[in-house]
Amino acid sequence: MLQLDGVQIGQGDFAVRADWAVPAGAKVALIGPSGAGKSTLLLAVAGFLPVVAGRVLWQARDLAPLGPASRPVAMLFQDQNLFPHLTLAQNLGLALVPSLRLTATQRDRVAGVLGRLGLAGLGDRRPAEVSGGQAGRAALGRVLLQDRPVVLLDEPFAALGPGVKADLLGLVGEVAAGAVVLMVTHDPTDAQRFADLTVLVDAGVAAAPVATTALFADPPAALRAYLGR
Amino acid sequence: MGLAGLVLGPVGLVALRAEHWGLDPADWAAVRFTVLQAALSAGVSCALAVPAARALARRQFAGRAALIRLMGAPFLLPGVVAVLALLAVFGRAGPVNQGLGLLGLPPVSLFGLQGVVLAHVFLNLPLAIRLLLGGWQAIPAERFRLAQALGFGPMAVARHLEVPMLRAVLPGAVLVIFLICLSSFAVALSLGGGPGATTVELAIYQALLFDFDLGGAAMLALVQVALCAAAVALAVRVTVPAGSGTGLDRASDRIAPGGWRRGADGVVIGLAAGFLLLPLLAVGVNGMPGLADLPWSIGAAALRSAGVGVVAATLAVTGALALALAAARGSRLAEAAAMLPMAVSGLVLGTGLLLGLQPVVQLEVVALPVTALVNAALALPFAFRVILPEAQAVARDYGRLQAALGLRGWAGLRVVVLPRLRRPLGFAAGLAAALSVGDLGVIALFAGDGAATLPLMVQRLLGAYRVEQAAAAALVLVALGFGMFWLCDRWGRHAAA
Repeated sequence: MLQLDGVQIGQGDFAVRADWAVPAGAKVALIGPSGAGKSTLLLAVAGFLPVVAGRVLWQARDLAPLGPASRPVAMLFQDQNLFPHLTLAQNLGLALVPSLRLTATQRDRVAGVLGRLGLAGLGDRRPAEVSGGQAGRAALGRVLLQDRPVVLLDEPFAALGPGVKADLLGLVGEVAAGAVVLMVTHDPTDAQRFADLTVLVDAGVAAAPVATTALFADPPAALRAYLGR
Repeated sequence: MGLAGLVLGPVGLVALRAEHWGLDPADWAAVRFTVLQAALSAGVSCALAVPAARALARRQFAGRAALIRLMGAPFLLPGVVAVLALLAVFGRAGPVNQGLGLLGLPPVSLFGLQGVVLAHVFLNLPLAIRLLLGGWQAIPAERFRLAQALGFGPMAVARHLEVPMLRAVLPGAVLVIFLICLSSFAVALSLGGGPGATTVELAIYQALLFDFDLGGAAMLALVQVALCAAAVALAVRVTVPAGSGTGLDRASDRIAPGGWRRGADGVVIGLAAGFLLLPLLAVGVNGMPGLADLPWSIGAAALRSAGVGVVAATLAVTGALALALAAARGSRLAEAAAMLPMAVSGLVLGTGLLLGLQPVVQLEVVALPVTALVNAALALPFAFRVILPEAQAVARDYGRLQAALGLRGWAGLRVVVLPRLRRPLGFAAGLAAALSVGDLGVIALFAGDGAATLPLMVQRLLGAYRVEQAAAAALVLVALGFGMFWLCDRWGRHAAA
């Protein structure tokens, strides 16, 4: 269980608060206007921003003392998820050995993941030499190899076309089948397609998650305003 | 910390040895001359750079990119070589004075204040042009389009676009060149001298080598530190423009007025190119014939210089990288430390180290290591400035990804930092190597007959009026300096796209 126990990040007008928990394996969308604090919340869970109050807990363990790399978390950012000077295979390999001195078995694992994500034969290419969708798949491949129980997606596919994005969201469901996924999105259809739970982030508060279908069937005032209905 | 020790240690030693507090009239004359020539050099360089940079910014012509790239060369040119180059063109028997003679005009002398300023303008005008060109190119294209849409004439463009930019960029450019010229040694040694044209650096050298007056030299070194520190303090308040801006070869979207202004721009570019390139050409032409009968000791000196360059570049770039990475993580201390060497000069560090080492070891034995060390410290701020923006970009773009993947320490350096920074690292190494190879400063204090480097050889040949050999040795020196720069820069450019 991922628990945000009375968490506050930032101060004053830039603060965002959350006080809820989601069970292991939950798929959660975070939706709300720009600047509401969706990304801030993810960055705090990942360990990039300190919480000024409350605790972030995974399986009842406080994550505060852990740095980003030691948390049970894998994160995809809005951009710069792959190093442009490394090949796709090397980018994936970083998930296993940061120094990139991989054993033969580990190299096979990388190749296996590349194949599974439809990137067979592209391992030696650099990110600039593949399409945006393929780069997105490679980033997901690294998440798969990192094999963490919590996956955070900060709109990593926002710049892609709707078809490719739908495709990649489908892959997220496969890759992170057993993990808690928190996904920031601007697009209500993403939430409806992917997430069983949705968190509405507005006016500095990340509300407790509710069932996505119920939320969109009867949207509260804040969500109606955001959706423009 | 090592850097701080290297810089502050000698300054401390100098302060301890400064015996008679107070300056005699000759010392005051040196201070006045130092400030005067630096101010004139900076002012003239920047004043000439304004029309030249504007012409380059708004005209498109064949060879423009090559010309701009060549503008980087004089900054790396050793001072002694610049002196030789200018002597070839402006010297007593040079074409300029011959031309003046044909017109019945009196010859101009390259010695004294005007010679020192001319040499400094020759060395720093290209830097001024590049700094201002960066300013011109930083004016957004949209603003020029707006000016065109509003039907601005050249005067209106100057008033609303160019003058505000110059007001922001010029003070920094003037200060940088002023600071560089404050520590002038090689030029002052060859073209200055005497009561009317001695810089503080030159006075330190003379006090040490001719008067054996350690206390006096130490006092002068303190004065030099005070001068440089004051200039650095001023420069920190004024925004100093970035030196090696990218995208310098784009003249699109600029308003290029026709008519007489077109011709005037052509003349300005021609004059600037001629002033900078003809002396360089003269070094090549004059140096060639003497190459065959250079003494064999030139080869040994070249080897020593190359060694100094390699060691100094390695130290400077390693230190600059460490400080740039710390500064990119937000350490103000690292940034201040990297600026520290700007407040000292080669002769100041040399004097301090000489005071410290003389009782312990034979100076000649440590001449080369000390030269390499001092040059590394002096080149470090330049290397730091080159590396810092890229280090900041890497921290901004990939810092979180790096942290998320636990890429730190040696793995982070090898997998992320070095590949991403290879281009600025190569450029910085080339810069440090070329500056160190050509430097004539500390080595003049420490070297006896045995450990002369190439710039010192050139200086000695010139001092002995063996001009042809000096020109040939200068050619070897130029080839060595630019060769090392080219190798390092090429290594950096070979970075994966």
